[in-house]
Amino acid sequence: MNLTTRHLSAGYGNKTVVSDIHIHISTGEVVCLLGANGCGKTTLFKALLGLIPMQGEFLLDGRPHHSYTQRDRARLIAYVPQTHTPSFPYTVLDMVLMGRSPHISLYSVPSGRDHEESRRILSSLGIRYLENRLYDELSGGERQLVLMARSLAQTPRFLLMDEPTSHLDFGNQIRTLQLIKELAASGIGLLLTTHSPDHAFICATRVLAMHQGKIISQGSPEEVINRPLMRTLYGFDIDVVSQPSGRYLCSPVL
Amino acid sequence: MLSLFILTLFALGMGRYPISIVKLGSLLWHHALNRDMGVNDPSEFVIFRLRMPRIVVAMLVGMALSGAGASYQCIFRNPMVDPSLLGVTSGAAFGASLAILLSMSIVLIQVWAFICGLAAVLATMLIAKAVRKMGDRSMTLILCGIVTGTLFTAFLSLVKYAADPNSKLPAITYWLMGSLASVSPAEVNIVALCILAGILPLFFLRWQINVLSAGEEEAQSMGILTGRIRGIIIASSTLMTASVVSVSGMIGWVGLVVPHLARMLVGPNFTILFPTSLLLGALFMLTVDTLARLVFPIEIPIGILTAIVGAPFFVFLLFRGKRGWA
Repeated sequence: MNLTTRHLSAGYGNKTVVSDIHIHISTGEVVCLLGANGCGKTTLFKALLGLIPMQGEFLLDGRPHHSYTQRDRARLIAYVPQTHTPSFPYTVLDMVLMGRSPHISLYSVPSGRDHEESRRILSSLGIRYLENRLYDELSGGERQLVLMARSLAQTPRFLLMDEPTSHLDFGNQIRTLQLIKELAASGIGLLLTTHSPDHAFICATRVLAMHQGKIISQGSPEEVINRPLMRTLYGFDIDVVSQPSGRYLCSPVL
Repeated sequence: MLSLFILTLFALGMGRYPISIVKLGSLLWHHALNRDMGVNDPSEFVIFRLRMPRIVVAMLVGMALSGAGASYQCIFRNPMVDPSLLGVTSGAAFGASLAILLSMSIVLIQVWAFICGLAAVLATMLIAKAVRKMGDRSMTLILCGIVTGTLFTAFLSLVKYAADPNSKLPAITYWLMGSLASVSPAEVNIVALCILAGILPLFFLRWQINVLSAGEEEAQSMGILTGRIRGIIIASSTLMTASVVSVSGMIGWVGLVVPHLARMLVGPNFTILFPTSLLLGALFMLTVDTLARLVFPIEIPIGILTAIVGAPFFVFLLFRGKRGWA
């Protein structure tokens, strides 16, 4: 299954933030979106999630996006927000059940099957033991996993992740990257934003470099991430150095 | 549920005109069997004409206010929110005071309160729609609610200022304090209908409302039609609150605090929170109204008692509740 956009542009009110976006993501891919703060990454996400109006073409599985209802779209694309504090002290299971919403009819409540499915997802992420804990009492790493579980409860084919590794300690960052690879291997297409080009080298099959609302370069991490691009994106000279293992690392020249 | 039933019996039996348990039992039994007692018993009149409607209204008022409060707290993701958020009570207070100023009948006072309550919320919604740029829609709504609320409170002050300080002004003041004393059985039916019409959609949409508490964008990304659901919630809550305020006057505190009590008991999951709030609201209002009738030789306005009874109770729960908002 594919997610494709052509000449997509979106923004707020009369202000266009991102324009002329061509992207193509297949299931099983990990696509990393790189770019400075305010370059339009979040706007692009919102457009893909149907939260803000957009122009241009956006095809999901070959069908135009507007032929999907909000519910149908939510079964195909799920969103993992940055970890945040919720307004009310929900339990972990309650949080994950919310992800079942596109499968629950408008006038009913989660069924036994929805509970089963949510527990199964918690188990698969290895956090079944958190089931009855309160979400707002969890650590950052645990919250990230719960939000991930909630999005997986939608049974999506594509996951949009907003800076999944920010706010996490080093170990949890690595765990998240590992999980991202596993999800891709299980047949989900992932689009994620990150502020760490190194993470793109670790998990991305493809990189999109975004600058001032446009995609200025895309391809494999090794092709795309180089000194001139880093200069354009972030305004600093950054060495991209090869490691003995063959993997590249970014290191600022200071 | 059981405690509500027992309390209802208790409230039926208690009052200035004492009726024994046995008598109450036999009256209810005969009434249930639709059998005429033969004699024109004053107890029958007291129970079925005076106390019964009042008890029913007390429970309805409690259910409506706490149900609406729970819904608002959930969709506006804010525990400090109560049903008057979008201006319905200020609107109703203004409508009622205007009707009192113009010496209208009690029915017309209620009708005006109802209409102005709805009008205030409508005004809030229209302003919010007009000024809505981008960003958080609930925040825009809350701010616009504050604006209309303030405006109608100012209108209310204007009416009070213009009112005759010897007759009209006290009438307005007493109305604002709230009372369930003057509710007729016919009104009970209308109010019950309005409240049922408000509760049913909220009940059926309770899961959608629950997910809305995750926030506008996240809920939408989980397939919830946030705009439509929020519209239905606001319409239902407004209908309930306006009908309640128009018969009972201003009753504060219930819509804010009962949902908190419910949340302390059963947690924030709206599918359970909503029915619990309804039940607790009915229980709380019935208790307070029964106290209002019984404790002092003259009846205390219920709006005052809800706060006096509710506040210490809430503090007590804050002390021993395992998780609330503190």
